[in-house]
Amino acid sequence: MNWAWFHRLGSPPHIYRIAGTLTPWFAWLAGLLIIVALYSGLVLAPPDYQQGDGFRILYVHAPSAWLAVMIYGVMASAAAIGLIWRMKIGHAVAASCAGVGAWFTVVSLVTGMLWGKPMWGTYWVWDPRLTAQLILLFLYLGYLGLRAGFDDLSRADRASAVLAIVGFINIPVIRYSVEWWNSIHQAPSVMKMARPSMPIDMLAPLLMMLLGFTLYFAAVLLVRLRAEILRRERTASWIREVLR
Amino acid sequence: MTPRQRRITLVVGILAGVSITVVLALNAFRENVMFFFDPSQVAAGGAPIEKRFRLGGMVRPGTVDREAGSLEMSFVVTDFKHDVRVVYSGVLPDLFRENQGVVAHGRLGSNGVFVADEILAKHDENYMPPEVAEAIKDKYGGIIPVNPHSRAAPSAGT
Repeated sequence: MNWAWFHRLGSPPHIYRIAGTLTPWFAWLAGLLIIVALYSGLVLAPPDYQQGDGFRILYVHAPSAWLAVMIYGVMASAAAIGLIWRMKIGHAVAASCAGVGAWFTVVSLVTGMLWGKPMWGTYWVWDPRLTAQLILLFLYLGYLGLRAGFDDLSRADRASAVLAIVGFINIPVIRYSVEWWNSIHQAPSVMKMARPSMPIDMLAPLLMMLLGFTLYFAAVLLVRLRAEILRRERTASWIREVLR
Repeated sequence: MTPRQRRITLVVGILAGVSITVVLALNAFRENVMFFFDPSQVAAGGAPIEKRFRLGGMVRPGTVDREAGSLEMSFVVTDFKHDVRVVYSGVLPDLFRENQGVVAHGRLGSNGVFVADEILAKHDENYMPPEVAEAIKDKYGGIIPVNPHSRAAPSAGT
């Protein structure tokens, strides 16, 4: 088997170039999808039989919560690859993920609280799902803080990678918290084996939004990754050629 | 072992160790992690009678009593095996209605009536437009049947 492609993935100039090419594609597609999804979700989709128009916050809340969890998965995997195969690019990807992931977690928490007040009757309860999502935010912040605490880049990489991997245990806890324990948070409507508990005209904007958010994340990740590569390789000769 | 294999072992070991720790810890604190108790658990004496706790279940249709001109009200929370009467005085959340999930925070009196000082509504994972809900109601005579797989329907002994 030819592993050349895999080893090229570890080469910063190669990644830097690919990231630059892909970014506008992801960004434009994301923008387009999010605009279409917002219009169809906020205007075209019918109101819910119980929540009325209040359910529409779902179109921001659920995709951000999924992204917050998914980005942590990407971050922990990239950190593990960096740790095991000593691939610096893995650490660079992980470091670029944390900030975006933290913001998506904040968005999911805030939109959830705004929805919770009228629907549940409270902004916040110490429920397993809500608490696990808050812990996710602290994991992201801890990761960023730990990295900032080291002057030496390779030590920061290794220490923060261990934290990212340890924190990964929180991911299944978030996903299954509503099934393992009595929780006030509803069970998954879409991310389950059975048919989604939602008609297609409510579901379609949600899936478009999810895809849009994912592409947005990809675009932001690539921009941040390029910046991270430039920072790490600032003394390398290929940088001078690229930036000329 | 090559250094790389050693690092893989390390990563897998960390994950396994942390997983076991978390599983044990969550199991030990099962009762504290549990957000609410259902009426069957209360009937079986599983709920902390002497302390405040949360009671969760469905509002049994036809049991909601409101006193005219006051915020006093009472209703029956059920998991379709056991019932607990709840009295409450205050503002209800939007989603409070018959046959819907509800979580009441308060104390169980010696007469078996649960005195709540906070009522939270629990939404299920089903979304549908009003016309569809109407159609289903017409078909089933006024109520939307509780989906037995829905987690809003309390399950026994969890």
